[in-house]
Amino acid sequence: MTQSDFLNIVMPFKDKVFRLAKRLLVSREEAEDATQEILLKLWKNKAKIEEYKNVEAFSMTMTKNFCLDKLKSKQAQNLKLVHSNYQDHNVSLQKQVELNDSLDWVGRIIEDLPEQQKMVIQLRDIEQYDYDEIAKMLDMNNTAVRVALSRARKTIRQKLTNTHSYGIK
Amino acid sequence: MVLNNIEKLLEKYENGETTLNEEQQLKNYFSQETVAPHLEIYKPMFTYFLVSEKEQFTKNVPLKTKKSFDFKWISVAAVTVLLISVYFSNPFVAQDDLGTYEDPEVAYNEVTKALELISSNFNKGAGKVNYLNGMETGVSKVGYLDEMHNTTKKIFK
Repeated sequence: MTQSDFLNIVMPFKDKVFRLAKRLLVSREEAEDATQEILLKLWKNKAKIEEYKNVEAFSMTMTKNFCLDKLKSKQAQNLKLVHSNYQDHNVSLQKQVELNDSLDWVGRIIEDLPEQQKMVIQLRDIEQYDYDEIAKMLDMNNTAVRVALSRARKTIRQKLTNTHSYGIK
Repeated sequence: MVLNNIEKLLEKYENGETTLNEEQQLKNYFSQETVAPHLEIYKPMFTYFLVSEKEQFTKNVPLKTKKSFDFKWISVAAVTVLLISVYFSNPFVAQDDLGTYEDPEVAYNEVTKALELISSNFNKGAGKVNYLNGMETGVSKVGYLDEMHNTTKKIFK
């Protein structure tokens, strides 16, 4: 397998890997490092890549495991991830300052969710995988994915309502 | 009518029962400028999803084709070097070319010169060898010692 073959396989989903890593690790730099690590791992195992039925799903699972490991070791070291990259969201929305602010809120709310719900929200609402794919990637069953998703969505809505009416009611 | 539909979808959405298609509908609805006031709450959520979709990984990944060094090529190189050195130094074939004279007269002169040199040096050597004669006489003198040995034997008997 040449470099360009590899890139053809990897290119379509490398952003997804990155976004999932970022969802879990929060900081952009950490996520970039993680993505790089995962792509290098894939590259090293390029001989085996053709055996995998679904390289994308495989990579997403790898990303999940890698990031969770990373978080675990971070917790063990008692390090807190510092992040200041909320401004990433204001790509096309400069004029709507208020909305922008709410977007930050959504980001922060998702950050507070448990890891599993974070991943489910990321994979479903942002990357738009179907339930079976998510179940396979996260090593869960279909119903568990739906339940986690439903909980996450409800929490987000709930918290958004709270922040919106904060100080009013 | 549309609003009704959206509300239904939202409920399904919160229960995790929507299809990807329906979720796309919701996203489209909430990406409009104006939404129904009581649904305003959902707008940032869906906008956030749409914005997040566009984030990209920009870092470059160095894909090195790692070349594992192959040691069998060392032996090939060694053999090559050996062959080349053998070819150039050629220790097995003695040198035939010792230089030659085209003109027989010059050759003759050179040969006589060389032979003269040899004979003069030979004579020098032979002159030195003459001293050996002197040594021979010395040795014969020493022969008398034998007789002395014999006489002393007789005495001690």
